[in-house]
Amino acid sequence: MSVTSTEVAAGTTPKPAVDGRSRSSSRARKKAGASIRTGIQAIIIVIWCLAPFYWMIVTAFRPVDYTYDTSLIPIPATLDNFATAFSTQLGNHLLRAIGNSLIVGVSVTIIALAFGVTAAYALARLEFAGKPFLAGIILGASMFPAVALLTPLFQLFTNLGWTGTYQVLIIPSISFALPLTVYTLASFLREMPWDLEEAARVDGCTRFTAFVRIILPLAAPAVFTTAILAFIASWNEYLIASVLSTDATQTVTVAIAGFTGSQPHQEPYTAIMAAGTIVTVPLVILVLILQRKIVAGLTAGGVKG
Amino acid sequence: MAVVDAPPEKIKSPRGKKTDKAAARTHERRAALWLIAPSILILAVVIGYPLVAAVIQSFQKDAGLNPTTGLFEQGGFAGFSNYTHWLLQQCGPVPCPPGTNCASFWAAIFNTFFFTIVTVVLETVLGLWMALIMNRAYRGRALVRASVLVPWAIPTAVTAKLWFFIFATAGIANVILHAQILWTSQAWPARIAIIIADVWKTTPFMALLILAGLQIIPDEIYEASRVDGASTVQQFFRITLPLIKPALMVAILFRTLDALRMYDLPAILTGGGPGNATTTLSILVVDQIRQGFNAAAALSTLTFLLIFAVAFIFVRFLGANVVATTEAQQKGELR
Amino acid sequence: MKKATLVFAAVLAVGGLAVSGCSGSGGGSSTGAANSSRGPITYVQGKDNNNVVQPVIDMWNQKHPDEKVTLKEQSTDANQQHDDLVQNFQAKNSNYDVVSVDVVWTAEFAAKGWLQPLEGSLKIDTSNLLPATVKSATYIGKLYAAPVSSDGGLLYYRKDIVPTPPTTWDEMMADCAKAKAANISCYAGQFKQYEGLTVNVAESINGAGGEIVKSDGKTPNLQTAEAKKGMQQLVDAFKNGNIPQENLTFMEEPSRQAFEAGKYLFMRNWPYAYSLATTDATSVVKDKFGIAPLVTASSLGGHNAAISAYSKHQATAHDFLQFLESQEIQKIFVQKASLAPVITALYDDQDLIKTNPYLPVLKQSILKAVPRPVTPFYPAVTQAIQVNAFQVLSGAADVNTGLKNMQDAIKSAANG
Repeated sequence: MSVTSTEVAAGTTPKPAVDGRSRSSSRARKKAGASIRTGIQAIIIVIWCLAPFYWMIVTAFRPVDYTYDTSLIPIPATLDNFATAFSTQLGNHLLRAIGNSLIVGVSVTIIALAFGVTAAYALARLEFAGKPFLAGIILGASMFPAVALLTPLFQLFTNLGWTGTYQVLIIPSISFALPLTVYTLASFLREMPWDLEEAARVDGCTRFTAFVRIILPLAAPAVFTTAILAFIASWNEYLIASVLSTDATQTVTVAIAGFTGSQPHQEPYTAIMAAGTIVTVPLVILVLILQRKIVAGLTAGGVKG
Repeated sequence: MAVVDAPPEKIKSPRGKKTDKAAARTHERRAALWLIAPSILILAVVIGYPLVAAVIQSFQKDAGLNPTTGLFEQGGFAGFSNYTHWLLQQCGPVPCPPGTNCASFWAAIFNTFFFTIVTVVLETVLGLWMALIMNRAYRGRALVRASVLVPWAIPTAVTAKLWFFIFATAGIANVILHAQILWTSQAWPARIAIIIADVWKTTPFMALLILAGLQIIPDEIYEASRVDGASTVQQFFRITLPLIKPALMVAILFRTLDALRMYDLPAILTGGGPGNATTTLSILVVDQIRQGFNAAAALSTLTFLLIFAVAFIFVRFLGANVVATTEAQQKGELR
Repeated sequence: MKKATLVFAAVLAVGGLAVSGCSGSGGGSSTGAANSSRGPITYVQGKDNNNVVQPVIDMWNQKHPDEKVTLKEQSTDANQQHDDLVQNFQAKNSNYDVVSVDVVWTAEFAAKGWLQPLEGSLKIDTSNLLPATVKSATYIGKLYAAPVSSDGGLLYYRKDIVPTPPTTWDEMMADCAKAKAANISCYAGQFKQYEGLTVNVAESINGAGGEIVKSDGKTPNLQTAEAKKGMQQLVDAFKNGNIPQENLTFMEEPSRQAFEAGKYLFMRNWPYAYSLATTDATSVVKDKFGIAPLVTASSLGGHNAAISAYSKHQATAHDFLQFLESQEIQKIFVQKASLAPVITALYDDQDLIKTNPYLPVLKQSILKAVPRPVTPFYPAVTQAIQVNAFQVLSGAADVNTGLKNMQDAIKSAANG
């Protein structure tokens, strides 16, 4: 599908409207109708996404006795659950767990991106034997049930004496994030035009500089998207963390799963919801900051003809 | 990308075209090797080692109880008996009675595929819709984007407990529906509960990947087609869909692979469900590890082979191939 | 082809790792002679709800500065605690010295050779302990763990509607007429498909005079008239609404919550619900309920403490076990954590009865308690019971088919 510039540049003379009104106001009405439709759909999406989250927040503000109350606004409202979530009295360390999750998450994201971008470049832009085979291996890592990794990895890392370190949490999370990172970036890089890179090399850039200065910025939406996905996947990771972390390196998911009531058998829903709220808010803020980067449009100008 | 001009210029060298090309090839191969090696290495250790260990273990018998001492002793070589245990429902000499893990094998396969197909279809459609809305320009767009990400951002364990709480018999779901549905104790309500929770949680994943794909499409193409008289629907099917196909295929492929390994959500929400109505293959693996891990290793291997087959079909026939030869692409022949 | 060689080498290396790492499977009779060395140890148990264990450990550490105990807490989920112990035992981890073991796992871990038998220099005195708890810690005649806490079921009833509690199942079902008159439901238990279902079903079968497995712990014995009676009485109660359908979703908390909201006449639950029903702000039954021994035969809950076969300081571990079982510490567990003591005499202790009024009733329940099957295949056995019992109670299978399937499943589980 190619578009020549002449067609784009040429405007069309306005045709006379059918019912006497000018064509531009009919188009304006269509546009207004479209944006109302868009607005309604946007509102539906926001409600669908936030309704259960609202319920989580409401439950977080309820006193423990009122856990199963179903009123839409928590009438006896309390901050006790937040205090409980943060308290270290029962052996929970939510703040420390948040810190651990941040350390692990940031490390995983940076390393997975670094490895992923290089591997994606090789797969998408370089020519070498055995490429489908290697791409298959990378994809194959997403095919093995994660639950079956726990015991062998536990034994391996215990034998290596790495219990209680951060690398036992970071390394498995990287390998969970890698296949998606590599494939997403590869599919984007594959679409990038060749002529830009070649032009830069003719001008004297090395392949590497051409890649970093020209191609990577063009693929920025994909890079930031995979960064967010890798970070959140690492943040969400539970199985490996539950088996390989110790008290000191516990991540957020394990810490929340370990919340107890003051009695055995008691399920402290309100405290868990409070902890969940605490843990989600920084992520949302992070996304609000980064979401402009996701949509950095492809306006570099070097593409269009 | 639509605009590909003349094939790239090659840098000329005095040694002649043919040796020059060969040298470039070797250089490329070596560079590629170094670029891919770190990824392959990590994956080999974290995934490859357990996979090989599982295959080796799957050919060992589980420890049996010595009747005189009452202690467990190492089982010996098992041949394929662990595999026939699952595939042919053989519990030793008798067919597997209900209430054992192996009796749930085919049910687990059904559940896994059912959940995968339904959730992936729903998430793709909804994710596409959300991405299209997020892509448009209007006030408050940032709010929509942030709220779309909220379901994905909440830790899975918390989400599962939240939906368990919502679907409790005295929970808010029954209140809103004015019904008394026993969500976690009946087969189909339990399955629906899991599907709802999973779709809510994972649609943002698809929406985000599709959005990234939408971002790459320049507005001029839409402008031009509008000038040509294309309607919105035609624009969607003729322009949008083909151009986001690579991103869409990757998103669907990975979502499918993840759905086939679903564990956290059904485990916490229903525990495998009434009977084995919501037992997925991963849940079955965990249950089996508790009872005899060599049989569990065989099950893990079977799951891996199953997922491999699905991925193979995807890549081969549905075009999720991201590694087509670059030469053809350089010549502008390949999409 | 250098790339292919590299990949092939990686695969070989991975394979080598796999074979070498494969040796950690549970095996054989590795319970060697006890070692009698002393030194610091680690005590592993599930989450300490009430922060009562650490102060107890601090008391020990003050008196034994060279043999300090460190507490390692696991998660709250019983299945995860089990899996965590299994993984560490399989890895022959010597950092787990004394482990807290649920009563139903003791046989399994003993049979896998992971627990040190408490004989010879590790012997402990069990004469003052509840017999049922000692039985749960014994496997093939040897004691493998020291009972530390117990648990039994209690019948909670609305004394404003039924002044004297029933003593048999039939009496209780007859009382359901009073529930109908008062416009509330009759009986609440835990019938969701999880371990609680095994507890409730075992209580009913044992109470009717049947048994799930014979005394060898392996052979199922469910095709008896008594077992059928035990299942049938539950099925009938579900059918005629004495046990409402929603019980199929109940675990401990939802049943407690329903009883506290005044919706039920009777409830079967653990002692923990007593203080919550009395003190919760939303509890409408605060001063309207009483407790009684179960009309069926109570199951036995609780935990035992065991010495790992891989521990390096087993003499210290042994002394710590005796410390946990001492009267002073048992009293602290009762008062601060509402746990049930394992020392028989403490049930009549006046100080304890003041702070925990349910103790005399609990004693009656526990003295009649029947432990769940003591078998090394417990995970498979409980699954067989749960799945098939749920089928029967939800109406998907009749009692005879359900019991037969349960029998077959237990038999095939016990044969490995």
